[in-house]
Amino acid sequence: MNNQRRNVLKTGTGAAVLGALAAAGMIAPGIALADWNKAAFEAKSMADTLKALGATQPADSKDVQVTGPDIAENGAVVPVGVTSAIAGTTMVAILIDKNPNALAASFKLPEGTEANVQTRVKMGQTSNVYALVKAGDKFYMATKEIKVTLGGCGG
Amino acid sequence: MATKPMRIRASTKDGVTEVKALIAHEMETGQRKDANGAVIPAWFITELTASHNGKVVLASEFGTAISKNPYLAFKFKGGAAGDKVAITWKDNKGETRTDEAAIG
Repeated sequence: MNNQRRNVLKTGTGAAVLGALAAAGMIAPGIALADWNKAAFEAKSMADTLKALGATQPADSKDVQVTGPDIAENGAVVPVGVTSAIAGTTMVAILIDKNPNALAASFKLPEGTEANVQTRVKMGQTSNVYALVKAGDKFYMATKEIKVTLGGCGG
Repeated sequence: MATKPMRIRASTKDGVTEVKALIAHEMETGQRKDANGAVIPAWFITELTASHNGKVVLASEFGTAISKNPYLAFKFKGGAAGDKVAITWKDNKGETRTDEAAIG
């Protein structure tokens, strides 16, 4: 099985291979994940990202909060958290306006998982950080500006 | 390519389990250049799922903006000491890894 896997990996890359593996039943269905939303992650502007996520006109909400430092000394490691008090929150995404690609991560929350996620992101420069939350069929958004003194994109 | 183990901590309090995970991964953005000016190819985790006793409790998708050696914390209802929490990630090179920890 391992040899087969190597061969498959040699013949292609990325999603195509994963798709092939999943189709061949080599990845258990429970582990084979949903397709990575390429369009959303490669979108450059906020507007395009929102469109790719299917979020049209998200409403500003006080029930959604972005947590993070006011000033980040190191843009390579900026702790950011999102909490939502909206009942039935099923999706949370973190977007950084001025990064080369706005979308940093999205999280799908099955029932029973709290809308409270923390991670660390890279920020190229001072920017607004948005939390996009989906509850039911509606999208909500909150924002926080994080100032970066040293960019996180190397160079 | 060998992958390195993740560090997963899970603890339960008042019926809510908090999971904290530190994942060892380069998370190369594909925007940096090496000393010779050649672009370092992107290499990052695209998908990550966490499950509790086999049931998915978090399904996430990452972009390149997640920091090197990603940190992730989240909470879910339920879970008892001794239950297994497993985290699986997959990167853009097709590499995957699963680690699990018992709720302490």
